[in-house]
Amino acid sequence: MSEPRPHERHDWSDTRVDHAIGLVLRLGVVISAIIVLFGAVLYLLHHGGGLPDYRVFHRASANLINFPDLFAGAAALNGIDIIQIGLLVLIATPMSRVVLAAYAFFRQRDLLYVLVSAVVFAVVMVSVFLVR
Amino acid sequence: MSILVFSLLVALGSFVAGTLGALTGLGGGVVIVPLLTVGFGVELHYAIGASLVSVIATSSGAAAAYVRDGYTNVRIGMFLEMATTCGALLGGVLVALLPTHAVSIIFGVVLLFSAFFSTHRGDPAPFNPKPGDPQTFAQRIRMTGTLPTPGEGGGRVAYVARRVPLGFVLMIVAGMLSSLLGIGSGAFKVLAMDNAMGLPFKVSTTTSNFMIGVTATTGVGAYLGHGYIDPALAMPVMLGVLAGSLVGAKVLVRARSKYLRYAFMLVLLALGVQMILTGAGIGHV
Repeated sequence: MSEPRPHERHDWSDTRVDHAIGLVLRLGVVISAIIVLFGAVLYLLHHGGGLPDYRVFHRASANLINFPDLFAGAAALNGIDIIQIGLLVLIATPMSRVVLAAYAFFRQRDLLYVLVSAVVFAVVMVSVFLVR
Repeated sequence: MSILVFSLLVALGSFVAGTLGALTGLGGGVVIVPLLTVGFGVELHYAIGASLVSVIATSSGAAAAYVRDGYTNVRIGMFLEMATTCGALLGGVLVALLPTHAVSIIFGVVLLFSAFFSTHRGDPAPFNPKPGDPQTFAQRIRMTGTLPTPGEGGGRVAYVARRVPLGFVLMIVAGMLSSLLGIGSGAFKVLAMDNAMGLPFKVSTTTSNFMIGVTATTGVGAYLGHGYIDPALAMPVMLGVLAGSLVGAKVLVRARSKYLRYAFMLVLLALGVQMILTGAGIGHV
């Protein structure tokens, strides 16, 4: 047999990476769901009596990724802003696991898959920040 | 109907969709959009945006469990994510350019395809190269793995992906459909990995699910930019589908999934025809 594959050589084994990725995904979904649920309660308490208006598309006025406004709104217990933060945590979850996988591949000296992870991350970033 | 009642009804409908999606293995996304547009009169782009958000939640939640079981192949998943994210980026740009009725018709066709696919699933022979054979492209880029053999033996069987370029192209299409229609397009991903790349069934289903989260995130990114994500609408959909998929995964062990698949197939057929008629201007949203 040839020498052991790079990713079987030390403590960043594929099994350990799998468990770390599983943990990141689970934590991200749970934290995001809790934040969204909290925001939902506040939103429905204050605006539950209004009328829903989703029949016609009108472009969302505020930028959804405007962090200063979002956190100011959340501090004022504005339900919609808190829901938005929860949704951003949800979006960050798969992105975090791409970064984690890239780091694990780096520790395994598997440079091809570091590059693969970097390409995936770059495409997601282009979509989040450049598509208008 | 007040916002409170609307939100609770949407959450309830999403819960049922999430449960059915988990029970049938097709995911809830494919029924959420017709539910919101046909059932609640929501504008198509808002509906797709809300559905995509819920797809991230359910696939990440399920992937967290699968990846620990050791069937998910992270390398194959990440390699093919280059294709699905590029496709999703393309779909996210296209959705703002295509007329709404065209998106509706494409959605209907994909629903009919999913209905057909839900009862016809390929079972290819796994590709096991002999030790003396020259290395294939897939082996050189380490798109290989092992999975536990059934039973108590504790052994592992090796597998190698094949026809990587074909799988890659199919994944671009899967990614594009995912962000264009707000679905996980798990059916297309499994088609690419089962039938084209010859991966074992458990590897293709779990790895496909693993890829859906990143693919849907790319779509949601573009939708955020277009202003198609309404947090107040995404909220009941995400919470409902997530809760439903958790319940569905618990019931899965006891359910007679064969009859459920046929029932779900009929639902998909009906919704597909409805979406095509809506897109063609017969019937209304």
